[in-house]
Amino acid sequence: MNAMHPQAAHASPAGWPMDIFAALKAAHVRQVAYVPDGGHAQLIRAVHDDAGMVAIPLTTEEEGVALVSGAWLGGDRACLLMQSSGVGNCVNMLSLVRNMGGPFLTFVTMRGEYGEFNPWQVPMGTGTPDAFRLMGVHVMRADTPDAVGPTAAAAARMAYEGGNAVAVLLGQQLIGAKVFVK
Amino acid sequence: MSATPARLDRRAVVARLLQDRGDAIVVTGLGSPTYDVAACGDHDRNVYLWGAMGGCAVMALGIALARPDTPVIAVTGDGEMLMGLGSFATIAVQAPKNLTVVVLDNSLYGETGGQASHSVVTDIAAVAAATGIQDARAIAEMGDVEALASRATALGNGPCVAVVKIDQAERERVLPTRDGHAIRVRVRQALGLSID
Repeated sequence: MNAMHPQAAHASPAGWPMDIFAALKAAHVRQVAYVPDGGHAQLIRAVHDDAGMVAIPLTTEEEGVALVSGAWLGGDRACLLMQSSGVGNCVNMLSLVRNMGGPFLTFVTMRGEYGEFNPWQVPMGTGTPDAFRLMGVHVMRADTPDAVGPTAAAAARMAYEGGNAVAVLLGQQLIGAKVFVK
Repeated sequence: MSATPARLDRRAVVARLLQDRGDAIVVTGLGSPTYDVAACGDHDRNVYLWGAMGGCAVMALGIALARPDTPVIAVTGDGEMLMGLGSFATIAVQAPKNLTVVVLDNSLYGETGGQASHSVVTDIAAVAAATGIQDARAIAEMGDVEALASRATALGNGPCVAVVKIDQAERERVLPTRDGHAIRVRVRQALGLSID
């Protein structure tokens, strides 16, 4: 369970997080930066457990944008894991991706878009696709478990083989609305 | 103001730091640090930032993690670093032995009209130390810059953060290319990597 919200229960089905992991491994991604998120918890654990990957916890999401760009300059493929609330934090830093080019890939667990209990998540849940598009990031989406693996592989191809900036949004229906237990 | 010795000249500090840089990769924070590094002469392993404020040190971390045997030096200013103080904690967790962050601290935002920066009150080296960076130095003398240059161009026991107190004089602007794509290609080629 999420140590930062021990009273909250997540309904993450097993499977699709490891499909993202498999896509990252197949693409030879080495650096994986993240801001902790319940929806990404299983993937984050898998990255930490993999000797061929470097897991990089961040204090704020825009660090990840700069880090991913640096990793590419040094010869590593890298990606950023975050939730939708962090996307707004990245907006100006994405000018780095626009100005330097090179691949940028992020997987975003969506909050505030489907059955969300917490209204504080809704503004960025609503605004996330537009925030990416505002900065020229190509937006893809997966809303069902079986769509995640193919979408992750397609996004990785566009990023690392095409040199594009790509965000994959993982719909809240996929993750399940967080259940707050009193 | 307390009685302190004359602060160092930023151009002299950066020139000494990079004098024997060897294979080091240098990432520059926007504004004067970019001009200071450019004033030392252009270099294939220079990454000039003209924006992305707050991202210099953590971008250098990404390079350092990718190339653990190559020294990586972030040269930035107090204002840029203040916007990314959390980077210190991120760097401390990774603890790369090949990363040095040099903060040229004149306690003002020189690019925007000379407003006082928080470092008048905030001790940036102490912040870095408190995040868990073992080698966090405050530097006020040129002799310590020489020691820093030796550390920054080699591998250490962990990351190093050095906050160098510099004077507030404005220097001639030496403007390197603003084409980030060209920089990306050039750095990757210098490292023997494909350009895309």
